[in-house]
Amino acid sequence: MRYIDEYRDPKIAQALVDKISATVSRPWVLMEICGGQTHTLMRYGIDELIPQQVELVHGPGCPVCVTPIEIVDKAVEIASRPDVTFVSYGDMLRVPGTKSDLLHVKAQGGDVRIAYSPMEAVKIARNNPSRKVVFFAIGFETTAPANAMAVWKAREERLTNFSELVSHVLVPPAIRLLLNSPDNRVQGFIAPGHVCTVMGYWEYKLLADEFHVPIVAGGFEPVDLLEAIWMLVAQLEEGRAEVENQYVRSVTYLGNQPAQRIVEQVFEVTDRKWRGIGKIPASGLRLRPAFAAYDAEKIFGLDTVETAEPPECISAQVLKGLKKPVDCPAFGLSCTPEHPLGAPMVSAEGACAAYHQYRRHASSLVCTL
Amino acid sequence: MCLAVPGKLMETQLIGDNRVGTVQFGGIKRSVFLDFVPEAKAGDYVLVHVGFALNVLDEEEAQRTYQLLERIGMLETDVEIEAEDEARIASVAGNLDAIH
Ligand code: SF4
Repeated sequence: MRYIDEYRDPKIAQALVDKISATVSRPWVLMEICGGQTHTLMRYGIDELIPQQVELVHGPGCPVCVTPIEIVDKAVEIASRPDVTFVSYGDMLRVPGTKSDLLHVKAQGGDVRIAYSPMEAVKIARNNPSRKVVFFAIGFETTAPANAMAVWKAREERLTNFSELVSHVLVPPAIRLLLNSPDNRVQGFIAPGHVCTVMGYWEYKLLADEFHVPIVAGGFEPVDLLEAIWMLVAQLEEGRAEVENQYVRSVTYLGNQPAQRIVEQVFEVTDRKWRGIGKIPASGLRLRPAFAAYDAEKIFGLDTVETAEPPECISAQVLKGLKKPVDCPAFGLSCTPEHPLGAPMVSAEGACAAYHQYRRHASSLVCTL
Repeated sequence: MCLAVPGKLMETQLIGDNRVGTVQFGGIKRSVFLDFVPEAKAGDYVLVHVGFALNVLDEEEAQRTYQLLERIGMLETDVEIEAEDEARIASVAGNLDAIH
């Protein structure tokens, strides 16, 4: 398929691996932020193709994984109401809350539906005026324009039975948190290509300058990721700390203006708790007060209950790139994709699930931790 | 979650106030919203995420890759990976047919 196959060419991939090998002279630790990129790296075994001196650690860029347990609990509570049709991206159904998950609510007769687009939820609301339709609006900057547009269009249509449970997160504040942490090991970042498609990459320039760390906006195919790794290694070896764009076919410096505009009109920046990581200042989006009528948290007036993760789950360290999934004692034993203990085992983009799917067990890994 | 897939915009139309397009992804066709790509026209390749086109892919950059490829030959795609992709494309592109 055009724009996909050519970025999987094994000959180009090999040429890039050779370039990385020829460039690297000492160990470097790189992090890909986005779970979609983690998935590609595992699927094609790129971590094992590149020289051992280049260690890849996996970042917190899986929105399903970082959605706080309190919000999952709220989703469960709202979805359990008899007058509610709860619509969600599929991965969120199996994310464990404190006592239950959305799949369980569905099994008990709750009206929980999977959608691929928030516009499907708008359509359900339009066609079922007697139901309160709630869309679970999670995601990074990539998904925010669509989730914002759904609210905008619902208002244009004067729908009174549509709302969103919003738990949006932003990438740059999470990178800042990792770089400020005293135990940070990451020396270069692959910035998430689709987040940058929407937002541009100017924000990452501020981070690169402040922390003197190279950042490359990268795509999602094997050739994209190998090229991004090569660009980072070249910068590190030369002592440069710049922002570069590998994903030129999709990413521009300023990003998509109409998409940013709708996000700005509908959402505002807020502090947000990230599952496994904790509260990060100004790291999320919520609905503006003007859209309170579409805010499920306001409509259903739920209290936040402080909750805890299962003690054996080390997802906090996994999401910060401090530990690999195989370092977790529960990995593949009491925690599997069928029975996940923590959120990173649920989504295909969670590091634990990606390791599990592509059979990375401790024996096949050189772990320096 | 942040996955977006490239497809070819076959046609565009107005449904009420919504500008939507039919996008072909390999063997799959889907209708997608074009609110964020007012400049997109039939024949363009767009990147689609949760039912919305996020951009028009840069043709010139694509040409550069093709020329590189012509010199070293194309990839034989793994059948299993292709099947997994079809499923992912279906899930990302969504099913927005009959929006109204
Ligand atoms: S393997 Fe399971 S229990 Fe361990 S960190 Fe990952 S999600 Fe948590």
